[in-house]
Amino acid sequence: MALIEIRGLVKAFGPVKAVDGINLDIESGEFITLLGPSGSGKTTVLRMVAGFEDPDAGQITLDGKDITHLAPFDRNVNTVFQDYALFPHMSVQENVEYGLRTRKVPKAQRAKQALEAIESVKLSHTADRLPHQLSGGQRQRIALARALVLRPQVLLLDEPLGALDRQLREEMQVELKRIQRDAGITFIFVTHDQDEAMRMSDRIVVFNHGRIEQVGTPQDVYERPATRFVAGFLGVSNLLEIPSAQSDTSKDATISIRPERIRLAPSSYQQRSGEVALGGRISEVAYLGSNTVFVVETDTGSRISVTTLNQELPTQGEGFGTGDRVLAVWQESQAAQISG
Amino acid sequence: MSTATESRPISTYLFRRPRVRLFSLLALPMTWIVGVYILSLFLLLITAFWYVDPFTSLVRPGFTLDNFQAVFTEPAYISTSLRTLWIALAVTILSVIFAVPLGLYMAKIAPAWLRNALAVAITLPLWAGYLVKIIAMRLVFTEEGFFNWLMAPFGIKGPGFSMPIVILTLTYLWFPYMALPVYTAIRQIPTNLFDASSDLGARGFMTIYRVVIPLITPAIIAGSVFTFSLSLGDYLAARFTGGATQMIGSMIAANINLNPPMAAAFSMVPITFVVIYLMVARRTGSLERM
Repeated sequence: MALIEIRGLVKAFGPVKAVDGINLDIESGEFITLLGPSGSGKTTVLRMVAGFEDPDAGQITLDGKDITHLAPFDRNVNTVFQDYALFPHMSVQENVEYGLRTRKVPKAQRAKQALEAIESVKLSHTADRLPHQLSGGQRQRIALARALVLRPQVLLLDEPLGALDRQLREEMQVELKRIQRDAGITFIFVTHDQDEAMRMSDRIVVFNHGRIEQVGTPQDVYERPATRFVAGFLGVSNLLEIPSAQSDTSKDATISIRPERIRLAPSSYQQRSGEVALGGRISEVAYLGSNTVFVVETDTGSRISVTTLNQELPTQGEGFGTGDRVLAVWQESQAAQISG
Repeated sequence: MSTATESRPISTYLFRRPRVRLFSLLALPMTWIVGVYILSLFLLLITAFWYVDPFTSLVRPGFTLDNFQAVFTEPAYISTSLRTLWIALAVTILSVIFAVPLGLYMAKIAPAWLRNALAVAITLPLWAGYLVKIIAMRLVFTEEGFFNWLMAPFGIKGPGFSMPIVILTLTYLWFPYMALPVYTAIRQIPTNLFDASSDLGARGFMTIYRVVIPLITPAIIAGSVFTFSLSLGDYLAARFTGGATQMIGSMIAANINLNPPMAAAFSMVPITFVVIYLMVARRTGSLERM
């Protein structure tokens, strides 16, 4: 039995169905990411697990117990909010002690546990400060300590790194992952940043329009996207219609092939077995330092993107340029069939 | 058409002379504040040291501390001061008790149209005259009034004109001054602080006690300056709805013709209460911590 089981979850705000029938199992100790564009329903699902929103239909169980309609204070889950939601009139230590106070932990023990939690995020020297005296990254860590000190079964994180600058965000990604491993707590992480999702997650749940598009490991969703949406949302993908004659099934099929799995060859190139080759003309070349992106207009009327890694210094006069006729070549096994 | 060379003698003169400019800016308000506000208070204080000639009953300038001595020693004056202090505190506390849940509902729960309707409803009594509201309360609580009529089937009879009715009347009069700042302050609390509090295990009352109240304390103090000091100075509520209830204001009103120096000395009492109240509020640090 999974730690969290979500069945047929529905939530509408007025005429808009924010969450439209979601089923999801979350295993104990897992780092699972709800990924999707804004308005895709991921945050609403998180808020229903936390208890801030009451579902219109469906069920959520935690450890076999139905928590669908329980109040937030009756669930063993805690939340790290997008803008931290630290109490502005309380010191760092009082903030971290707040949850222990609601659980009637005696004063001395409360202080001890709070200081340990503050130390675990390496901010012992800020215990007496007020939140507005901390930097964004420090507030983020205190919000984390405030939730973790309660040893919840599940920690919910609502775009917690969204307000941080890039370098700090990358540090916090590593830090969060370490904390999750050490504490062995299940993390449900909401983000719209696919790099962040790929970097941190055991599994990714891709949301769109209030529904789940695909659930899988980062590799699953990247290499074998189930839908056009997933293929386009995680990284760049070329979606190509394959006429029924060439596909396995009798229907027309769509395949997804990643730009870095395609290489360019001179039009004289002899295609080997197991390879697919499409003829076309290069319409754009973008040199990005570590790699170069080519756009090829194929003879069949598609535009495909091809990325080559610049492993060596480019030699003058070598390589393809705009207007060149080329073959875009890939191994047939590298492409993924898209169903929807 | 104005041009750069057009002469504006007054503006040019003032522009070059900052002191004159400052004087012309402040002349009117300073005349008002110093000449009317402060001077009249000062004259009141001076009068408190004068005395009434026992034979002619005329006020004589002089210097005596008898009036102040009476304020602090006469049991009638002491009990009236304490009763007035208690009434003003009760009005303030009652206003807070009504204003916080109302503010929470308006700021965080009510739909926009209802929020606006309630805001109007709160301020509506301010449009009616002060005496009108006191008479309205008098009509409700009089012997044959609305309250007794409504409660008669349950065998409940109102207390008649007495101190509790004075407290209710004053709360009715000054409640808008507490409700509006409290509502505004609650509106400024981010919604996710309420989420965070319940997420960390706090039920409604703990969230109000530990999160809402501390965050709106400056607003409560601002509101209480009105509810407290306006109640301290009032006497018409006691006169029309208090029955035999005497407040500082009623005694000042009674003395104002017979013994003006005594009335002046007694009027220093509510001023002193307000000053002490503000100093205590400052001491708690609740005015600065925001």
